[in-house]
Amino acid sequence: MEGRRYIPIVLLLLAAVGVQLTLSACDAAYYLTQLTMSLYYAIVAVGLSLLMGYAGQVSLGHAGFFAIGGYTAAVLATRNLAVEPGAMARALGAMGLLLQREDLYGQTIVYLSPWVSLAAAILLTSAVACVIGVPVIRLKGHYLAMATLGFGLIVYYTVLGAPGLGEADGFSDVPGFRLAGPLEVNGRSAFRVQNFYIACVLAAGVMALGGNLVRSRMGRALRAVHEGEEAAQSLGIHVARAKFGVFLLSALIAAVAGFFLTHYNGGIGPSEATALKSVRYLAIVAVGGMANLWGTLIMGVGLNFLSLRGAFGSFDDAVFGVILIAVMVLAPEGVFRRLPWPFRRKGGDDAAAA
Amino acid sequence: MPPLLEVRGLNRRFGGLHAVRDLEFDVEEGRIQALIGPNGAGKSTVFNMIAGALSPDGGDILYRGARITGRAAHAVAAMGIARTFQTTRLFPQMTVLENVQVGRHIRSSAGFLAGLFHPPWSWREEREIRRSAMETLEKLGLAALAGTTAGTLSFGQQRLAEFARALAMEPNLLLLDEPAAGLNMHETAALATLLTRIREWGITILIVEHDMSLVMDISDHIVVLNQGAKLREGRPAEIQRDPEVIRIYLGDDHA
Amino acid sequence: MSAEQALQYCLAGVTVGSIYAIVAIGFNIIYNTTGIINFAQGEFVVLGAMTAISLHTVTPLPLAVAGAVAITAAAGGLIGAGLTRAVKRPTVLRLIIVTIGLSIVLRAAVLHIWDEKVRALPFFTGTEVSSVGFFGARITPQALWVLGICAVTVAGLTLFFRHTLTGRAMRACAANRTAAGLCGIPVGRMVTLSFTLSAAIGALAGCAISPVTQTQYDMGAPLAIKGFTVAILGGMGNSLAAVAAGLLLGVLESFSICIFPLAYQHAVSIAVLLAVLVFRPSGLFGSRDVSALKEH
Repeated sequence: MEGRRYIPIVLLLLAAVGVQLTLSACDAAYYLTQLTMSLYYAIVAVGLSLLMGYAGQVSLGHAGFFAIGGYTAAVLATRNLAVEPGAMARALGAMGLLLQREDLYGQTIVYLSPWVSLAAAILLTSAVACVIGVPVIRLKGHYLAMATLGFGLIVYYTVLGAPGLGEADGFSDVPGFRLAGPLEVNGRSAFRVQNFYIACVLAAGVMALGGNLVRSRMGRALRAVHEGEEAAQSLGIHVARAKFGVFLLSALIAAVAGFFLTHYNGGIGPSEATALKSVRYLAIVAVGGMANLWGTLIMGVGLNFLSLRGAFGSFDDAVFGVILIAVMVLAPEGVFRRLPWPFRRKGGDDAAAA
Repeated sequence: MPPLLEVRGLNRRFGGLHAVRDLEFDVEEGRIQALIGPNGAGKSTVFNMIAGALSPDGGDILYRGARITGRAAHAVAAMGIARTFQTTRLFPQMTVLENVQVGRHIRSSAGFLAGLFHPPWSWREEREIRRSAMETLEKLGLAALAGTTAGTLSFGQQRLAEFARALAMEPNLLLLDEPAAGLNMHETAALATLLTRIREWGITILIVEHDMSLVMDISDHIVVLNQGAKLREGRPAEIQRDPEVIRIYLGDDHA
Repeated sequence: MSAEQALQYCLAGVTVGSIYAIVAIGFNIIYNTTGIINFAQGEFVVLGAMTAISLHTVTPLPLAVAGAVAITAAAGGLIGAGLTRAVKRPTVLRLIIVTIGLSIVLRAAVLHIWDEKVRALPFFTGTEVSSVGFFGARITPQALWVLGICAVTVAGLTLFFRHTLTGRAMRACAANRTAAGLCGIPVGRMVTLSFTLSAAIGALAGCAISPVTQTQYDMGAPLAIKGFTVAILGGMGNSLAAVAAGLLLGVLESFSICIFPLAYQHAVSIAVLLAVLVFRPSGLFGSRDVSALKEH
């Protein structure tokens, strides 16, 4: 009975197998590369949907959290600890947390294990989310939107301006992330199929956790906060804590997706941190139906895939602007009002309305 | 045993207006106590200060002998003090059942991590939340509406559903802000029955109300406010006969 | 830093700051009549400047500026008229999202009509070299134009809102929209008018500053966020305070170059925004009670 809620997750993974087999059979496996990237972007949008759709708190700064995850991956994986190893580096080496590779010129580079940098990314994101989130999440409406937009822009100007962060060029020689055995997050074509599955499993995991959360006591509390803060408070819900919790959660989801995608792409640049990227995530959540994780995932994968394939041409950004306006004018409840059973939201709410 | 709720020397100003001055009263456990007074007497201000929605400028509020003055609304609620609103504040897009399930918030504990990972102990808690929410709905005769979206209910049903949500908290003290406002005579009569039933369940009620016949009907004890200060308190029969109360308050209707 | 240098920074800051003030006033006009923060406010500035630059190839400068202001105002009016009619059940979240979408579409439109090149209007009078001395610092004639236009705009708007029937009607909408509607004020038309007016002054600001800072299609967003910072700093809806706040932010930003690298100039303003939002959301001059009423 309790397992029934995971049926859609299983269907998602089955669909992934179907897509992979079909594309490989049609000799079109290169589509998998863009699908993999789209999945990581979609994961960010799913996290944002928890914050925006369920808790009703807008964020225009999620590209900032994505970039924090991605840049942490890039900085720590490209710093060569073989040059003047300090006491810290030696200690890490003794614990077996350092890896070696050769760069293009045959020079040996000693770098931190990505597992350690993943932990660092999570810690850093949590710290930033606390510093920015604790005061900002108390703001309402326009004020929250502007504050999160401001946060995103500060991240953007920081990565653009800091010499240690590659300035306008960003990073381009980030190695793969060996997960276990032959499994590695890596963009080279030999790793294409397994990386598609890695991204699918990560997406499935986020969907499972997100799906659990929205059906739980906290999930109901978040929707209650969205629909009436004062009433929620009168029932004993600590509104500020609930909002901050979901803010932190969605920031972490964005950072982890950024971390993986940076290892997959082999680099990251300031364009990942722009306000336009944050608005894209917002547009995907809006068109996915706001409080609708499955709609957000589907739209996230679909729109990002089209964008990465160049389907929108020079109107790439404009498309997302048009989507925002069109959804708000034509279908403010989202375009997925009636989903078939396993994907249907519980309770038939459309929490996006308020 | 101290009274369930004690109000001691309570004061609140809004700019130049001294809305509540040196107010003192007790709410004894097991009673239905009413707070009445003409418009602008400060009833709602007192109510909101007890519920934690407004902080007083001076004085103390004690619950079971412990100070709760100035505590945040969610903390007051967590101590077992439930409230309803003058205009009902259900969560309109959620179902009636979900609304009442949110009422179980303080009686359950699953946080973000448990929500995300859904461990077996939280299955049991979730089932328990659902069961007790349904039980509350049945008690109030709302079981048939469990799956209805709250925003689509009729006015009277919404008020009842808000009661259910508050009762799901298993409160010791229930604060009611003009529960009869907007109800017709028939519904008001049903409300009176319901309130006496709630008292039988061992829940103390503090009610702010305009409907005098309702207040006189059901209250065990009445506090009359005038211009922010206490004018009289006593049993309904005493209040009804008090010339001062009749002059300042009932005068319009009964004099 | 010498006194002359400091003064030079001040003058540069005051010039840019008066543009921020005008953008902030644009925010205020729309916020006052509709309760909407128009995220597309910065795009009006870019659109106005770009239109003027194109018109200037065929007409003399004053005509080009006037034409640009008229065209941008018309575009703003259309947006205002469309916005409130198109969005059903307008909630704050929905209106935010729509104006964000608008700003992206406008930006893309500017990019496609013109291109990504940096352009500029010529100085209204004089040239780069015809600066006048000012206690040892140099002040360009265009800076004087910018200051003058800012002063005239503020004075004109103040008179408009205080002494004309339409202006008073718009203020009535600000105080209580429902009541204004009941008094027979056509609220819908006031919304359109507020967008028209705020687009017009945005375009005027864009033309005035273009010779100083030049114009590029993606300048709208930073301008919008700084204009918003100024609007908040001055206390939402208070235009005179916005001027003071605009000058303050401009000067602050100008001096920030002494401490932080140029790349962080924008970040400094945004940090100011975050600090104000968190510590004093009612603005430097506003009272807390008023802002509490306005938050929604």
